[in-house]
Amino acid sequence: MDSININEASSKELLGYFQAKLDEEAWEAKKAGKPVCWSASVAPPEFCVAMDIALVYPETHAAGAGARKASMDLLEVADKKGYNIDICSYARTNLGYMELLKQEAMNGEKPELLKTTKAAYVPLPDIVITCNNICNTLLKWYENIAKELNIPCIIIDVPFNHSMPVARHCKEYIADQFRVAIKQLEEFTGRAFDYDKFTKVQEQTQRTVYWWNKIAAYAYRKPSPLNGFDLFNYMALIVCARSRDYGEITFHRFCDELEAKDKAGKYAFGDASTEKHRVTWEGIAVWTFLGATFKGLKAQGSVMTGSCYPGMWSLVYTPGDFESMAEAYTKVYINTCGSNRYEEFYKVVSNSKSDGMVMHLNRSCKLMGLLNNEGGEYVNKKMGIPFVSFDGDQTDPRVFSEAQYLNRVQALSEMMDAQA
Amino acid sequence: MSTIFELISQFKAIADDPKKAMDDFKKETGKGAVGIMPVYCPEEIVHAAGYLPIGMWGAQGKQISKARTLLPPFACSIMQSVMELQLEGAYDELDAVIFSVPCDTLKCMSQKWKGSAPQIVFTHPQNRKHAQTAANVFCRAEYAHIKEELEDILGVKITKKALQNSIAIYNENRAACREFSDLVAANPGLIKLRDRHAVIKARWFMPKEKHTAMLKELNEAIKAADKAPFNGKKVVVSGITLEPYDVLDIFEENGFAIVWDDLAQEGRNFRQDVEYDEDPLMALAKAWNAFDGCSLATDADKPKGGMLIDALKKYDADAVIVCMMKFCDPEEFDYPILLLQFEEAGVKHIQVEIDQESTSFEQLRTRIQTFAEVL
Repeated sequence: MDSININEASSKELLGYFQAKLDEEAWEAKKAGKPVCWSASVAPPEFCVAMDIALVYPETHAAGAGARKASMDLLEVADKKGYNIDICSYARTNLGYMELLKQEAMNGEKPELLKTTKAAYVPLPDIVITCNNICNTLLKWYENIAKELNIPCIIIDVPFNHSMPVARHCKEYIADQFRVAIKQLEEFTGRAFDYDKFTKVQEQTQRTVYWWNKIAAYAYRKPSPLNGFDLFNYMALIVCARSRDYGEITFHRFCDELEAKDKAGKYAFGDASTEKHRVTWEGIAVWTFLGATFKGLKAQGSVMTGSCYPGMWSLVYTPGDFESMAEAYTKVYINTCGSNRYEEFYKVVSNSKSDGMVMHLNRSCKLMGLLNNEGGEYVNKKMGIPFVSFDGDQTDPRVFSEAQYLNRVQALSEMMDAQA
Repeated sequence: MSTIFELISQFKAIADDPKKAMDDFKKETGKGAVGIMPVYCPEEIVHAAGYLPIGMWGAQGKQISKARTLLPPFACSIMQSVMELQLEGAYDELDAVIFSVPCDTLKCMSQKWKGSAPQIVFTHPQNRKHAQTAANVFCRAEYAHIKEELEDILGVKITKKALQNSIAIYNENRAACREFSDLVAANPGLIKLRDRHAVIKARWFMPKEKHTAMLKELNEAIKAADKAPFNGKKVVVSGITLEPYDVLDIFEENGFAIVWDDLAQEGRNFRQDVEYDEDPLMALAKAWNAFDGCSLATDADKPKGGMLIDALKKYDADAVIVCMMKFCDPEEFDYPILLLQFEEAGVKHIQVEIDQESTSFEQLRTRIQTFAEVL
């Protein structure tokens, strides 16, 4: 891969560079006989990074495949393996892709689709780590990877918080699992866990999270220098590199750029007059129609200024304190009871000074769909602002209807106009 | 001694009218009932309070209308009908309801309860095999939370002795259910599939000691019965539920006899006992840890396929029928692994879709007919 001048590159260049670098590092590890771990997106990476284990993130990989219009072919591979069309499309995209990698490993030759797919080329895992703070689907999905490849599976089970604040026995259970995960990694690698390095990795994670949260806060300014859809792109690094300095460097640069933009009077769509409405987007992006969903809002002058989704990586904790880390990983808003979840949603809508809400009823994600209306109604009651819902899917392009989407965001715009 | 027919009629009356079963219990005991949402609630705690734990498994063939505004079409049919019943007030006579949250749909359902009864939610630990000790401690704390909440809501004290007694009653019932399942398997054709289902389903709506007493009588009657003529095929079934009755009738019409079930509404609840522990809440927690082969109990070893293949051999069965609850993603995730395992072991199998709301079964009939012919 081409090298770049880290000190002079734009945040966008850094994003592309580090994303490619992470894949390259995973391949280098594989070729050197070092382990590669596939990880759930909000599973703690701190343990593997402290043990120098390369990480690959199937959800990010699937999202990338979706954005490049490459997911449909992979979904069909999963379909042939018996994966029902109602299963999460991230999982199906990944399990379809894994099948191609398996065939390559078994036959010594790339299947045709693996040669032509626009999905990034990543190595098969030697171990997996999963965490159910964003859904229990991630337990089932990773069970299947581990079983099919006959590799170890590290589970960090963060029980659904049916009441808040997080109960003590919950934190203790999760902290105990961190200790078990360390033992599993020691047995797997045959090396002792490096606790000093681990603390440094935790500190790095906190710095990355700090800058990540700072980006989102730029959208709270009115007018907003940040186009909220950019968070969907930069998200790749908070997922894949939050325990490395790649995320920190990139996000810091992006913050500098946003600061400069704001000072220059340049905003998400141009000058201040282009920001007609501000909206909160609830749910995962429609990766297969990212451009269409963005343009649909832009056409109405609606800037996305709020979203709970990027905030799921706001994993703030005290390094060296397992229970504090446990709490950060378990209190992801969708892993909490309705009252806390809706209040967290309200905070985002309110902080982002949104005039309306767009709810993605995501066919793939029950946990980010089945309580959307309740969240919308809660905020509507508190702030009196309208919301609309549309049918979509994160990476299965068959579910989304552009016409329905445009119709809904236009209706939202009219409702916001009526309230202005 | 009552005849098989008479006993089965009694079980069916209870299975088909949970409301009456609850009213009868209330009249008899002066105590109320606690709703048990699927799946795997440690019901023994409710039993130890002297209340009737009553299963909330939706309704067969129910038309869904009001629930459509609260649930998208991709929530499973059990949850659709449970939501419809909530909105109709069907659960309002319950003294409390208990929700477990082992899937994402149930997590959401637990946060949109529309009934008037107080609600208790608890979470099962899922890191059961690698973090066994920690998982048991956590699970015990969650079960203690159920106990404390119940004590508050019902105004009763649940003693250690009562809980130990309830565990013993439940274990006795589990043993009777296993015996029933085996007796039915040993004399295929004697008990109709819909009757087998009703006998087992009735345990959700009556005190277990009563169910055990009736079941023991039925088991004796089955033992005394002559061998029924049977020229069909023996099958093992797996899934969440095997309803509506029409589906069982189609199996029956095509000569299938169920010799072992791996259903979340049936056999998964009684295939293992709760082992003794000085601390009864810990005994219940350990039982969850030892519970294997359900899509909702995480285990990266995925033992379900092996269990189904073992049952197939043990009961000399001809095939496995996977009864896939539509929109149940945990079950759907297990299927591709089962496919690999079945094919490797040369097991004949078919997957059929289960939808509690269904009222039309022609497609299923054709598939089952074809499968019967292939066998």
